[in-house]
Amino acid sequence: MIIANNVSKQFGKLKALDNVSVQCNKGECIALIGPNGSGKTTLIKSILGMVVPDSGFITFNGNNILHHWQYRTHIGYMPQIGRYPDNMSIGQVLEMMKDIRSTSTQLDEDLIKRFDLEHMLHKRMRTLSGGTRQKVSASLAFLFNPDVLILDEPTAGLDPVASEILKEKIIEEKKKGKLVMITSHILSELDDLVTHIIYMQDGKLRFHQSIDELRKHTGEEKLSKAIANVMTK
Amino acid sequence: MKKIFKYVITDILRNKTVLAYTVFLLAISFSLFSLEDNATKGLLSLLNIILIIVPLVSIIFSTIYVYNSSEFIELLVSQPLKRKTIWLSLFAGLSSSLCIAFFIGAGIPVLIYEPTVTGFMMISVGLLLSIIFVAIAMLATVITRDKAKGIGVGILLWLYFSLLFDGLVLFILFQFADYPLEKIMIGISALNPIDLGRILILLKMDISALMGYTGAVFRDFFGTHAGLITAFVTLIIWAGVPAWLSLRKFNRKDL
Repeated sequence: MIIANNVSKQFGKLKALDNVSVQCNKGECIALIGPNGSGKTTLIKSILGMVVPDSGFITFNGNNILHHWQYRTHIGYMPQIGRYPDNMSIGQVLEMMKDIRSTSTQLDEDLIKRFDLEHMLHKRMRTLSGGTRQKVSASLAFLFNPDVLILDEPTAGLDPVASEILKEKIIEEKKKGKLVMITSHILSELDDLVTHIIYMQDGKLRFHQSIDELRKHTGEEKLSKAIANVMTK
Repeated sequence: MKKIFKYVITDILRNKTVLAYTVFLLAISFSLFSLEDNATKGLLSLLNIILIIVPLVSIIFSTIYVYNSSEFIELLVSQPLKRKTIWLSLFAGLSSSLCIAFFIGAGIPVLIYEPTVTGFMMISVGLLLSIIFVAIAMLATVITRDKAKGIGVGILLWLYFSLLFDGLVLFILFQFADYPLEKIMIGISALNPIDLGRILILLKMDISALMGYTGAVFRDFFGTHAGLITAFVTLIIWAGVPAWLSLRKFNRKDL
């Protein structure tokens, strides 16, 4: 579904992405992990077209994303730090997104209900706490029933109840055969979610394996231990 | 395009700055016209204020606005929208709201007191200057990432176009006073949209005789239809080229 081909990106002296090639298919749930500054967010942003790679290309369903901006209708993106216009209320942001995307597909307002955002639609974005902002971002990512979900640190800042709701939702969507990409540092919560692991370090792709392969390879049942095993090697 | 334009316009209107700008222009124009007993003299005083205020407000407001809507731009870029649409909507929203403000604030008083060719000329120059400085501001913001630096660049550009450029021209004129520079001056005036606007209006006011031989040369050139059209085309280029450059930059920008 998404294929990245030798993608490189440099910010000044820093090589954020160094010849990264990945292939992501439908129905997979991929965890993007790696230390801070290893290029995870840059990779996600290149897939979304927010960062333009210096070399290499990315295709979505066989089309180069540079020339086909429409592919973003199929993606729901939850940024690491949701930044929204300060003087708009939650309701206005939701309405604006619905208006801009104006899709004919069924809207999925499940998360808005489950996060209880309906009761604070009038609140201005600037008054929101970090966690509530994350809830808005998550609701927006799932709202248009996209085929691909890209979640950058989805549970950071969420309280345990909310993060449990979000996890349930991710599992539900995965069962529908969607492609889900998650970056996270909390490996324990990825255990029952992911099917594949992409491990990045210093902008390079270290490995891309299915979780069963990884377990067999390291002999560890728990994801956190398996990763630790690989990292220390 | 229309949808985003709509959101930009509502956001600008919610921000009271443009409203304050309109009221300020209205107050200045009405007071100047009622102070002078001769409407043409009023127009001349208004001209001098407008040539300072319009570029300043357009460039500063646009720079700050674009930086402040960086969140909005970031949000839109991750949505199924063309970057071109986002940037051009922003440009259209800013320039149309500033143009409307100028038209209400200065255009209507001019139409009431001095509905002559000179008056119309001044309104069209003011509108064009608003658009030109929005375009320059957008180019400055897309090049500099840092907000403080971007606003600084905006102020410097305004200072250059309204003060430093004239100083430079005067310096050149004095240094090369022995040479016939009158024809070259026409070319040099095209390098600054504010000067070009000022010349266009002054020539319509019949005080170009005060400008000496250079004035006569200007009159010869800008007085003709071809000269007038060239001047307006130059002004449109001044708006179009920065806007196009900024769009090209924005298309490749990392957010």
